Amino acid sequence: MREKIIEKILMILAFSAIGLLLLITIFIFREGLPVILKVGLSDFLFSDQWAPTNGHFGILSMIISSLAVTVMAIILGVPLSLACAITLAEFCPRRWLLILKPTIELLAGIPSVVFGFLGVILLVPLIRDYLGGPGLSLLASSIILAIMILPTITSISIDALQAVPLLYKEGALAMGATHWQAVWYVLLPAARSGVVTAIILGMARAIGETMAVIMVAGNALKIPTSLLDPVRTLTSTIALEMGYSSGDHRTALFAAGIVLFIFIMGLNILANTLMRKK
Amino acid sequence: MILLNAPGRQTLMKILLWILTGSTIGILIFIIVFIFYHGLPQLTWTFLSANPADMGRSGGIFATIVSTLYLIIIALAFATPLGLGTAIYLTEYTHEGLMTRLIRFGTECLAGIPSIILGLFGFAIFVMAFGWGWSLLSGGLALSVMLLPTIIRTSEESILAVPQEYREVAYSLGVGKWRTITLVVLPSALPGIATGLVLSIARSIGETAVIIFTAGSSLRFPNSIFESGRTMAVHFYILAREGISMPMAYGTAAILVLLILVINMSAYLIMRRFIKKYT
Amino acid sequence: MDKIRIINLTVLYGEQPSLQSINLSIPEKRITGIMGPSNSGKSTLLRILNRLTDLIPTILIRGRVLLDEEDILLPKCDVNSLRARVGMVFAKPIPLPRTIYENLTFGPRIHGVKDKYLLDQRVEESLRAAILWDEVKDRLFESALKLSGGQQQRLCLARTLAMQSEVILLDEPTSGLDPISTAKVEEALRNLKKDYTIILVSNNTKQIARISDKVAFFLLGELIEVGPPEQLFTNPTEKRTEDYVSGRFG
Repeated sequence: MREKIIEKILMILAFSAIGLLLLITIFIFREGLPVILKVGLSDFLFSDQWAPTNGHFGILSMIISSLAVTVMAIILGVPLSLACAITLAEFCPRRWLLILKPTIELLAGIPSVVFGFLGVILLVPLIRDYLGGPGLSLLASSIILAIMILPTITSISIDALQAVPLLYKEGALAMGATHWQAVWYVLLPAARSGVVTAIILGMARAIGETMAVIMVAGNALKIPTSLLDPVRTLTSTIALEMGYSSGDHRTALFAAGIVLFIFIMGLNILANTLMRKK
Repeated sequence: MILLNAPGRQTLMKILLWILTGSTIGILIFIIVFIFYHGLPQLTWTFLSANPADMGRSGGIFATIVSTLYLIIIALAFATPLGLGTAIYLTEYTHEGLMTRLIRFGTECLAGIPSIILGLFGFAIFVMAFGWGWSLLSGGLALSVMLLPTIIRTSEESILAVPQEYREVAYSLGVGKWRTITLVVLPSALPGIATGLVLSIARSIGETAVIIFTAGSSLRFPNSIFESGRTMAVHFYILAREGISMPMAYGTAAILVLLILVINMSAYLIMRRFIKKYT
Repeated sequence: MDKIRIINLTVLYGEQPSLQSINLSIPEKRITGIMGPSNSGKSTLLRILNRLTDLIPTILIRGRVLLDEEDILLPKCDVNSLRARVGMVFAKPIPLPRTIYENLTFGPRIHGVKDKYLLDQRVEESLRAAILWDEVKDRLFESALKLSGGQQQRLCLARTLAMQSEVILLDEPTSGLDPISTAKVEEALRNLKKDYTIILVSNNTKQIARISDKVAFFLLGELIEVGPPEQLFTNPTEKRTEDYVSGRFG
């Protein structure tokens, strides 16, 4: 009898995760939907007029900024991450791997605010002095984000590479390929879905990043035309304006949150589906 | 052209790869060294034990340390039973089927939610709907949502790693299911579960977005969990952003990074001992 | 006197039949040996007797199994009390990751034995009966994982003895052990049968011949022949029995 009660209690606890997920979805939508309904979905998404005090709630410039920053971060970060992943998975003595892999994962432990801070005092002046512009820019954000998503992409890619059956590599080597050729022409293609998953998860992480981006992005509300332009992402807007917003303004920020939420959830579900299909 | 043949190209690629990997590790080392260089000298006893004064320009960070501690304790107090219970249910009470897939789906989605959305959620439900206002309680609960997926995952892995034979032995001695779990399975899974908790602590220390929206940023020494409080990470953020005090900022950053490094290393060592025990 | 009577027992794993219409009686305070090649259902039979088969979700059981004339397959049967009365030693020695002392007192304490003196007594008695006492009496509080394979298996035997079970089930208990440890286990069993009902499953026909009072031969889920060892080993009634004991298949 006691066993049955314990089982029921555990079952209720177990549904907490999905219960919370539902709760979060409901609350975010409840808070944000009114403004979307008021302004109209297409106006909300595709207008670049964000002037909350005047009743203009168009988040296009933020969406584009978020996407731009993320895409740049991927362009900068993926080659580096893959290089690390290949090195550690294939060209690294086993003993080193045991030290180096956790070391790279340590990078993931450093708080985003520290990254932002270092970005402001080291990276931004560099960009300002050598490339022009205010320094606080799309480029600065992308570089910082690239470093921040590096551990994620590297870790998952290493796992993907190590999961490729040994047969593939042995087959290639037996045909006379060098180690590098085996990696480039056989292993990487075979690990493709894992690597793609890693990249998708990196994207999700980059788009959702807030604190570091706030500190180096410059927070100018316009659609960026150059890498050196200051930008304001969805996350920055929400974080910066939340404190002093009220009424429709606050609702609109939640609505921006809905857009972010849907996009990132989509990416995560995509990644998980890919990972499971393997 | 020697470099164009296959072995030559391989050497070239290997050099390139190691340069890139070395740079990555170099970046990490640079970050840590830079922060420590500027920040460790700030870690005096005064810094750690005095409360912030003059908006953080002088004094120390004691109040923030206490707030951080409260927050972590609250978060773990909620996330651990929930997470451990879920893991036990998934591993010991069900078989793969619709229910487990649903639970796992929920867990994975939860894991993917960015901290700012959790901050928004925490704000909407704890600060506003429940009426608790900016408080350590709101912050702790919002944080526990963030920690839940990690705790579920690490607990599940640890429990699955306990050899099935131990359970059979316990059952064959007439030990009931729940007592087998508490007396045989969980003690053996403890190192892995503990690692998950320790890693969660490390994450909590560095977390900012969730906390700012729920616990607020009051610099006062927190006397109850219903008060607002500023954690070390939030303090660092505000110091840095408002340009209040560079030395204070560096000091706070140093202690943040130091704590996180130490905690991660302990987790790693616990995991090593755990693996050694079973192989 | 029969301790256990198995009546028309049929067991299926999903679609696969594992045991078919088994009728077998187990005499009290004797060693009953169950032999047969792999996959003949021997282990399943053993696990029915202490209902470890409850752990397998896809299993279907028909028939009756009477312990002291009470059917243990009925839902109202308290599984935990049953398992306290019917102990099991597995093929692989599985000491719990605890001290030797704790391994032995774990079961009794769950079942309510709290008195320290009583526990100490059970520890010593069970270790002596398993012929392990002299080897470990000075290190009762060391980890059981430090013992050798043979010692660990005798510890597992002592564990069921500490429970003061009435029946001891052994599933290929010496399959991984060296000859000396095997001999010690067999000697312990010979001494124990005056107080316990023992059922020994083994693929090792010579061991069965050495120590059994009654032998049952299983093949692919069917009970082929049952009788005293002299009959099955020197003068079997079934051709298949004869083929098995003479090694024509195994």
